[in-house]
Amino acid sequence: MSTTTQNDVNFYQAKKGIMSWVYTIDHKRIGIMYLIASSLALFAGGAFALMIRAQLATPGGMLPMTPEYKDTYNMWFTLHGVIMVFLFIIPAIPAALGNFILPLMVGAKDVAFPKMNLASFYLYVIGAAIALYGIVGGESPLTTGWTFYLPYSKETAGAVITMTFAAFVLGFSSIFTGINFIVTIHKLRAPGMSWYKMPLLLWALYATSILQVLATPVLGITLLLLIAERTLQVGIFDPALGGDPVLFQHFFWFYSHPAVYIMILPGMGIISEVISCFSRKVIFGYKAIANSSIAIAVISFLVWGHHMFLSGQSVYAGLVFSFLTFLVAIPSAIKVFNWVATLHRGSITFETPMCYALSFLFLFTIGGLTGLPLATLSTDIVLHDTYYVVAHFHYVMFGGTVIAFFSGLHFYWPKMVGKMYNETVGKIACIIVFIGFNVTFFSQFFLGYTGMPRRYFTYDSSNELWSQMHGFSSIGAFILGFGVLILFANLIASLFSDRKAPNNPWGATTMDWETQSPPVLENFSEDVPVMKKAPYEYE
Amino acid sequence: MSSKVDTNKFIPRFVSHHFSNADQEFESCKLGMWLFLLTEFMLFGGIFVAYVVFRTWYPETFESGAEKLDWKMGAVNTVILITSSVTMAVAIREVQLNRKGRALALLLFTVLCGMGFLVVKYFEYNHKFELGIFPGDFFSFMGDHMSNEHLYFSIYFMATATHVLHVILGLLAILWVSWRTAKGEFYEAYYTPVEMVGLYWHLVDLIWIFLFPLLYLTK
Repeated sequence: MSTTTQNDVNFYQAKKGIMSWVYTIDHKRIGIMYLIASSLALFAGGAFALMIRAQLATPGGMLPMTPEYKDTYNMWFTLHGVIMVFLFIIPAIPAALGNFILPLMVGAKDVAFPKMNLASFYLYVIGAAIALYGIVGGESPLTTGWTFYLPYSKETAGAVITMTFAAFVLGFSSIFTGINFIVTIHKLRAPGMSWYKMPLLLWALYATSILQVLATPVLGITLLLLIAERTLQVGIFDPALGGDPVLFQHFFWFYSHPAVYIMILPGMGIISEVISCFSRKVIFGYKAIANSSIAIAVISFLVWGHHMFLSGQSVYAGLVFSFLTFLVAIPSAIKVFNWVATLHRGSITFETPMCYALSFLFLFTIGGLTGLPLATLSTDIVLHDTYYVVAHFHYVMFGGTVIAFFSGLHFYWPKMVGKMYNETVGKIACIIVFIGFNVTFFSQFFLGYTGMPRRYFTYDSSNELWSQMHGFSSIGAFILGFGVLILFANLIASLFSDRKAPNNPWGATTMDWETQSPPVLENFSEDVPVMKKAPYEYE
Repeated sequence: MSSKVDTNKFIPRFVSHHFSNADQEFESCKLGMWLFLLTEFMLFGGIFVAYVVFRTWYPETFESGAEKLDWKMGAVNTVILITSSVTMAVAIREVQLNRKGRALALLLFTVLCGMGFLVVKYFEYNHKFELGIFPGDFFSFMGDHMSNEHLYFSIYFMATATHVLHVILGLLAILWVSWRTAKGEFYEAYYTPVEMVGLYWHLVDLIWIFLFPLLYLTK
């Protein structure tokens, strides 16, 4: 444990006033602003999730059973999806945590293009503002689901154009972050840090950025064509005009399936850091983990068709996509095996970040394995568009990405704000989140397996299993929400405490921990910091 | 192409605080620009895929649609854009050789070419609109045409309009570097913005070189 005293002025104190934030090009401040913004989005998306679960707690629900209220429910799950995907989960780890940590990890003073980094944040804010306008600006509610499938998204009166334009702007924000990270990793690594000496979080962020740069523009043109479809009636996706709605699905998932890996890859990077650190052991299979990140990035571009097994896509295409989907499971499994092997005979301690990392291992494995029946053509016919799918991707997205985000948030919190949070409360929050999550989503596997379709605002009250499982799921959702509230309350409370964080509270070995907590304005005290030892060299 | 930065002559005010030298900054900018160009390729890639899909389904429609385009206008525009790409490339060379006046003249000539392209495109669009050739459901052409021909023109207008938007952005960027060239900000050791805008302009040119045969010369 480092006990260095903190003499130098940190980056918060270096410049003062609101304008020092508005015009900042410091990656640390931009990271903090992204963290605040995406956490707000998490709460907004979470509020919609709780409303969905409250509605489904009983077959009667809390909304009156009339057609207009069905639209209200449809709007809730649409906005839950749109907000969580575009405003929270895609920017949360790369743009918030990654922005703060990546330059520290490579030993640089900033990302390669600091002004573009700020532009990325402002585009995020503008995109969020447009989305907000779409929600409260008086247009009819958006009820398309976050996937905007045609022809419904062309016929509906909802705020489709506003929302797709918001997603288009947010795409630019994501591309800017991606370009910045790739160039920073290529060109600004500290002397001594060769590719295979990079911490694994950098490999993960690098693979993520490749996906952001290559996939996001395709979403851009897809959404533009959808806007043109609604305004100019171009007909490319409209069957009434000779176009093809399945082509829209191809385009959409060509982005949105890699986007799933944009979400999970940085989470995997954090887990590599945390597990190695709290096992006090060199990570097992460094190269395998590093290369599997790149393998995931490459293969994930070739699996989009598994979303369309039942959309009228050719059966032979389905076979190929099914095979490729099994293939992309391999690099993910390689990582899980290596993390478990790292734990083996390590000196494990259970600090809060590690508790989340271990939850991740458990939940992500369930999420990954339950994906395989969906990749299998025959079983997918039964499970398609049921709660089984909902449960599966929440195990990956929440049980994987969001839990990894919480792990990283607790891991890097002392570095980011210079204060230690309360360990005991942190662990209690972790346990509540873990329990709440499993109660919410494990029950949904049973719902889906017995045929409960997703996106319905009520269900058959004579089906006893459904009533029980929906009840369970709703109770779990509120437990989960409560856990997340404690988590954030604990972190925010630490800001007002006097528990100053040492420079390296966890005894980690990567370069980011050599900086002061919080870091000084240009990160390192020396002008050109040199990488002194390989990552994960624990005694 | 290796950079022409001579570290003995470089003036520090052009190197941002987080780079150790001008070389590193130049190389970073170039990599960043190439990544950005990659995103542009992927963006247009979506339109090209739509083109391939619909052309495979309706080959006759595409031939009939292409016949309604004036290949001579397209050819003129192709020549204009290729010329402008050459003058852009030479302009960068002139900046590297510290010949400010010639660089500025070439940059402005490039702008002129780009505007010429827009003028030709304007006449083409206008002619189509007069005939009632609009995208999609607004297609109201009275002459000989196939039943799905509005789809060909949906793709034609989406592709060329997106391209025109890129031409306009490119022109604004060239004007910006021309202005900075006129102020004498670029010389042999610092010309990164000119080179980056040049790369962008070549991309705009390259996409047109694909669009022209695909849309005009289908037979």
